[in-house]
Amino acid sequence: MIDVDQLRVRFGDNEVVKGVSFQVPAGDSFGIVGESGSGKSTVLRALSGLNNAWTGHIAINGEAVGPRRDRAFFRKVQMVFQDPYGSLHPRQTIDRILSEPLLVHGIGEIERRIERALAEVALPAAVRFRYPHQLSGGQRQRVAIARALIAEPEVLLLDEPTSALDVSVQAEILNLLADLREQRKLTYILVSHNLAVVAHLCPRVGVMIGGQMVEQLSADDLRGGHTRHPHTAELRSLSVGLEEVP
Amino acid sequence: MLVDIQNLRIAFETRTSVFEAVRGVSLNIGTEKLGIVGESGSGKSLTARALMRLLPTNARVTADRLTFDGVDILKADERAMLRIRGKRAGFILQDPKYSLNPVMTIGRQVTEAWRTHKGGGRKEAKEAAIDLLAQVRIREPRRVYDLYPHEVSGGMGQRIMIAMMLAPDPQLLIADEPTSALDATVQAEILRLMEDLVSQRGMGLLLISHDLPLVSHFCDRVAVMYAGRVVEELAAGDLSKAQHPYTRGLLNCLPSLIHPKPRLPVLNRDEAWLKS
Repeated sequence: MIDVDQLRVRFGDNEVVKGVSFQVPAGDSFGIVGESGSGKSTVLRALSGLNNAWTGHIAINGEAVGPRRDRAFFRKVQMVFQDPYGSLHPRQTIDRILSEPLLVHGIGEIERRIERALAEVALPAAVRFRYPHQLSGGQRQRVAIARALIAEPEVLLLDEPTSALDVSVQAEILNLLADLREQRKLTYILVSHNLAVVAHLCPRVGVMIGGQMVEQLSADDLRGGHTRHPHTAELRSLSVGLEEVP
Repeated sequence: MLVDIQNLRIAFETRTSVFEAVRGVSLNIGTEKLGIVGESGSGKSLTARALMRLLPTNARVTADRLTFDGVDILKADERAMLRIRGKRAGFILQDPKYSLNPVMTIGRQVTEAWRTHKGGGRKEAKEAAIDLLAQVRIREPRRVYDLYPHEVSGGMGQRIMIAMMLAPDPQLLIADEPTSALDATVQAEILRLMEDLVSQRGMGLLLISHDLPLVSHFCDRVAVMYAGRVVEELAAGDLSKAQHPYTRGLLNCLPSLIHPKPRLPVLNRDEAWLKS
């Protein structure tokens, strides 16, 4: 479904993604973990078409995509960002925010689709004519997910979708993402620094450091500590160390 | 007792209504490490700010008792507060990017903190600043002294903040989400550093965070706040024996690396929690 081969991204003289390769089968979820500056978000931005200064090979559904994308691509691939405060237009109502992708892609039945999109992410219908500042952080992230799903994409790129949220809200959003993937047969790529979150949603995980993906392993191997690269082991031991409640 | 808070209430008045954000919090802090945990909006940061009298002007603060080392914060004049803020109680905030002055070198900022509270000559202050930077385990303190904040990493920035706060030898360190903006590897280092310094110097620590497991690792006691109240206070080691459904809910809804859960339990907020 998604095939990334030898992806390189350079900002000036500084190469921040140094030949990253991975594959994600349709309907599967792939997680990318790493610390800030490891290049994990940059990989996602190159995939989504937000950054076109990359070299290498990216194919989605067997079709190679270049740095410039057509409209059909953006219908197929959507993204959810970390900060729901920053990713929703502050002066547009939720109705306007959700109709935009439909207008862009020329999809009809706007009325019905918005109602359904809100119901799917478990938001009350009354939210439709509110502004983002009138919603809580968790509700805003639900709106961002609804916006990403309204054009019926096949792939959802998730960049730290829960790290700005409280843990109780994080649980709700992670459950929602798991349900939606099940119902709609979506393919996810999830970027996060939180190993527990990534392992919860993704059966396969790639570990990045210094622009390289140094290890790819199954979530079960990660949980069990069957790691090969020392950085994976380090991240794992920190995560496990904090998890154990005294 | 270093800090004594009895029945603290903080309310915000708007044109039409009064919103009570902190509703009767009582806490004591001695020479120990106390963690306050809660979600956004639970009033944890307001409680700490009330102690330093750093609340916005439209906040109405009342308390049966609010004292820092015997000084009544509600009645103290501004000069008395200046002797407490920074000097006897240091405040570390979430993101060093916003707490450090971007157009001053790190050395100047640390020396300024030292000279404001201790006086002394320029040379003496410089040596003291370099010593402080070394104490927070910055490897090349002399080189870092001449750098600007944008030239250092987030973890280093937070070490520098800690160095500045330690300059006047405070009795209490208040850290409000000190590591939320940092990577997991750096997070652990910074917390361990704070823990060591607090124990070595015999200070009190008030650590505010939304991360319950994290806090329980670095504190002696944990107070869990919900909707402006402390719903449960317990020794950090007894967290697994927590009684309140909110505390238990917070622990259960975390995804776990070692104990996978097919579906995360969701917190069902009970109306009764608001009252008790």
